[in-house]
Amino acid sequence: MTKWLEENTPKLVLAPSFIAVLIFVYGFIAWTAWVSFTRSRLLPRYDIEGLIQYERLFASPRWDTALNNLFVFGILFIVIAMVLGLVLAILLDQNIRTEGAIRTIYLYPMALSMIVTGTAWKWILNPGLGVEAMVRGWGFENFTFDWLVNPDMAIYTIVIAAIWQSSGFVMALFLAGLRSVDGEIIKAAQVDGIPTWRIYTAIIIPSMAPIFLSAFIVLSHLAIKSFDLVIALTGGGPGYATDLPATYMYAMAFSRGDIGQAASSAMIMMMVVFAIVVPYLYSELRSKDD
Amino acid sequence: MTDISMTSQQRQSQTGKIVLRWLLYIALGLFALFYLLPLFVMITTSLKSLDEIRTGDLIALPRDVTFDAWRTAWSGACTGIQCEGVRPYFWNSILIAIPAVAISTLLGAMNGYVVAQWKFRGANIIFSLMLFGCFIPFQVVLLPMARTLGIMGIAGTIPGLIFVHVIYGLGFTTLFFRNYYVSIPAELTKAAKVDGAGFFRIFWSIFLPLSLPIVVVTVIWQFTQIWNDFLFGVSFSQAGTQPVTVALNNIVNSTTGVKEYNVDMAAAIIAALPTLFVYVVAGKYFIRGLTAGSVKG
Amino acid sequence: MKSVFFGAVSATALIASAVHAEPQAEVLHWWTSGGEAKSVAVLQEEFASKGGTWTDMPVAGGGGDAAMTALRARVLSGNAPTAVQLKGPAIQEWYEEGVLADISSVAEAQNWADVLPASIAGHMKCEGSWCAAPVNVHRVDWIWANADVLEANGIEMPTTWDEFNAAAEKLEAAGVIPLAHGGQAWQDATVFEAVALGILGPDGFRKAFVDLDMDTLKSDEMKAVFDQMRTMRGYVDDNFSGRDWNLATAMVMNGEAAFQIMGDWAKGEFMAAGKVPGEDFLCASVPGDGFLYNVDSFAMFDVDGDDKKAGQELLAELIVGPNFQKVFNLNKGSIPARTDVSLEEFDSCAHLSAKDMSESSDNDSLLPSYAHGMALRGAQSGAITDVVTAHFNSDMSSEEAVNMLADAVANSM
Repeated sequence: MTKWLEENTPKLVLAPSFIAVLIFVYGFIAWTAWVSFTRSRLLPRYDIEGLIQYERLFASPRWDTALNNLFVFGILFIVIAMVLGLVLAILLDQNIRTEGAIRTIYLYPMALSMIVTGTAWKWILNPGLGVEAMVRGWGFENFTFDWLVNPDMAIYTIVIAAIWQSSGFVMALFLAGLRSVDGEIIKAAQVDGIPTWRIYTAIIIPSMAPIFLSAFIVLSHLAIKSFDLVIALTGGGPGYATDLPATYMYAMAFSRGDIGQAASSAMIMMMVVFAIVVPYLYSELRSKDD
Repeated sequence: MTDISMTSQQRQSQTGKIVLRWLLYIALGLFALFYLLPLFVMITTSLKSLDEIRTGDLIALPRDVTFDAWRTAWSGACTGIQCEGVRPYFWNSILIAIPAVAISTLLGAMNGYVVAQWKFRGANIIFSLMLFGCFIPFQVVLLPMARTLGIMGIAGTIPGLIFVHVIYGLGFTTLFFRNYYVSIPAELTKAAKVDGAGFFRIFWSIFLPLSLPIVVVTVIWQFTQIWNDFLFGVSFSQAGTQPVTVALNNIVNSTTGVKEYNVDMAAAIIAALPTLFVYVVAGKYFIRGLTAGSVKG
Repeated sequence: MKSVFFGAVSATALIASAVHAEPQAEVLHWWTSGGEAKSVAVLQEEFASKGGTWTDMPVAGGGGDAAMTALRARVLSGNAPTAVQLKGPAIQEWYEEGVLADISSVAEAQNWADVLPASIAGHMKCEGSWCAAPVNVHRVDWIWANADVLEANGIEMPTTWDEFNAAAEKLEAAGVIPLAHGGQAWQDATVFEAVALGILGPDGFRKAFVDLDMDTLKSDEMKAVFDQMRTMRGYVDDNFSGRDWNLATAMVMNGEAAFQIMGDWAKGEFMAAGKVPGEDFLCASVPGDGFLYNVDSFAMFDVDGDDKKAGQELLAELIVGPNFQKVFNLNKGSIPARTDVSLEEFDSCAHLSAKDMSESSDNDSLLPSYAHGMALRGAQSGAITDVVTAHFNSDMSSEEAVNMLADAVANSM
């Protein structure tokens, strides 16, 4: 009995979390899938009606925009935030005397609720109030920065604000990674006369592959969840030019009382995300564990 | 402990080094400005009177500095028929965030330890499944979760909110610890096992002491997520258990009322103070070479 | 207990009927900011003075979206609030889900049918029984103007859209922004429905936005509405995207802009800045006949417990009571839903609103606002707003917009 217990301790430790995830993630996804085949409006109903919600979804030009925006926003946001986070972490890793203060400055945006910070960003990005007006005030009359009010460019303002909010946390992740790299290896490389940048690209960064995975997952999670940001900054506008699947889904489920439609959009969104994420995770985990 | 930038290139010219150093500080400073810009706008706005905001430039320095907005935000702004500011809601948020962060971090550490160091058949699949859970949009789980909480009898209560936050934080906390522990050589566990140490003993006396940087990262992430959560807070609370984000939202979001931007901004900064505090305190513990040093020894 | 309030007799009667239970109410609402919150506090005080215990559950945001999210979660978890701020067809939608309580006994005892305009009373009924209590009437189709700017440019309040366009051209030439507007979907929709009311007329408006008549939605008049929207887009400054409505109001106050089309909550902004109606700023209905209303109301949810039921009855009675109707609406900028409240203390804009309401009620042009969720279910009004805001924020032609409108409405069914 004790032996059995000893052998199976790891499984027993993992079991409660695993069961919780099975129910509260996969069970709820199954629930959503079911509801997406119904005509649920204000509250969920369970009579299956077929693919009507998916037909409606794909007939909606607003959903097209939202899905497109997810790609544009998701890719730019993840790539830029990751690169910026890594660069900042490396810069901060150079024995900076004021590291504590700078680190907090880079991190603090995560602390602020976007409900209000969105308003500040809205003013900064507004051509009549913020950066454009300020630079023009310095004498550069032709300076233009009107992305916020331009339907084709507004999505990029969301990218800027999102990077502002999350790159600091990515930096923290990388910083923790940098600080766990074995100092002996670095010392040895230095003794061999390998230049610093080579030490980073050839030794340190490759050894942080698991941190990249964490950063990627955190950022994709934030990209999918980017909801407060859009609501506070553009409200999905101009028009619905900056709508994202999350805002679309929320609008359908909670302001329009169209839960069936919301469920179908959620399903498509999750499929898209899984189609991108699963291969990446698969290759990451496989190469690590062989 | 090693320092790569200072000890290596000793033969490089002193001037080149100083120039590089300056460039480095300038770059860091410029980034700091970018990050600080919105905070600057928020603080200056919070120090203005409403009349000044209504007439003046939104992004100018205040003409007359007043702290009234801060006082109002803390203890006088209306969040409904009660006008007591964000103060009464702070306690709810603390009661939710601290247990939820502690439980999810501990569970994450144990899970990560199992997945990284005690691999059994299927452990990887289990880990992958938990990871994909990070990608579920929270809007999706609201309604079935509401039903579940109702059945469990903890709808609208603080334990209910803790439960929800722990569940949806597990994927991340497990991920963070797993990715940190995976880079610790498996020989360490093996050697300890040979010495007769068991599962918990190894975790407690070898892995936990190595984990400070990643505990810091995890706590920062979880605390921020839970403290700033609005969606769960608004859906799974009732009168008396609403967290501070709901109060903040009530102060800020009025559809047809007069908007007091100065109070909004002050309230937002006040609501963020605990997270900022965690960043300042926890940030100190990103200690270089902690793992490397101990593994070596 | 001696009460200073109206309706004391029947209130005591009601309490007597539920004598064993202290009235209890948990009230979910989104009136959280200064003036609005103080207005609700009046109700809470009355409720308390009648022995009731009020538990406040405020959730602001998105014009009630966040509150509706919380409401769904509460209902599904089997823990519905006692009373909920709900409005328009959403009341009937919730009724169809089988979760609303019947408050006919209060409504009949208080003769609601006699004191409420018929079209507003219609919103408060679910299959013949009363299921909600109205709080106020906001008029949506207002046009606000800076009096000095108009005078300096020799402009009268426009009474047709052509006059409006002529005035706007003149203002533009004088370097004033003709129309202050915030580019948020609901604000676009507010302007759109004001224009539509003027161009389609009350009957056309009803056909289009209440009956969703496809022929009207695709008609040439509807194209003319979109044409006028395109023209109006030219009168708005370049930085309007995402601007909050109150900042647009501030532009009118400062003389930076001349007009704003917005519901009567805009009056509160002017008043808060110490401006006087008729002197500093002017209010008028938008060009055309009719009256678009946005009525806030409370619905009672089906709950267990005599104390809560007593709370619901008392609450319903107080909400429609003349005292609360007066005090609340003085604070909020709207007018009372019941027509027998003295308007002595109200300002001139409110008088105009009340007069137009009773006239339009008589000639059948008292219409629900589609943009504020009074005319249609969420899915349909949302679909229309999507098209309106997409058209206003792009260079889409009116022809295209009309076709998209018909498609979107059909797809939302």
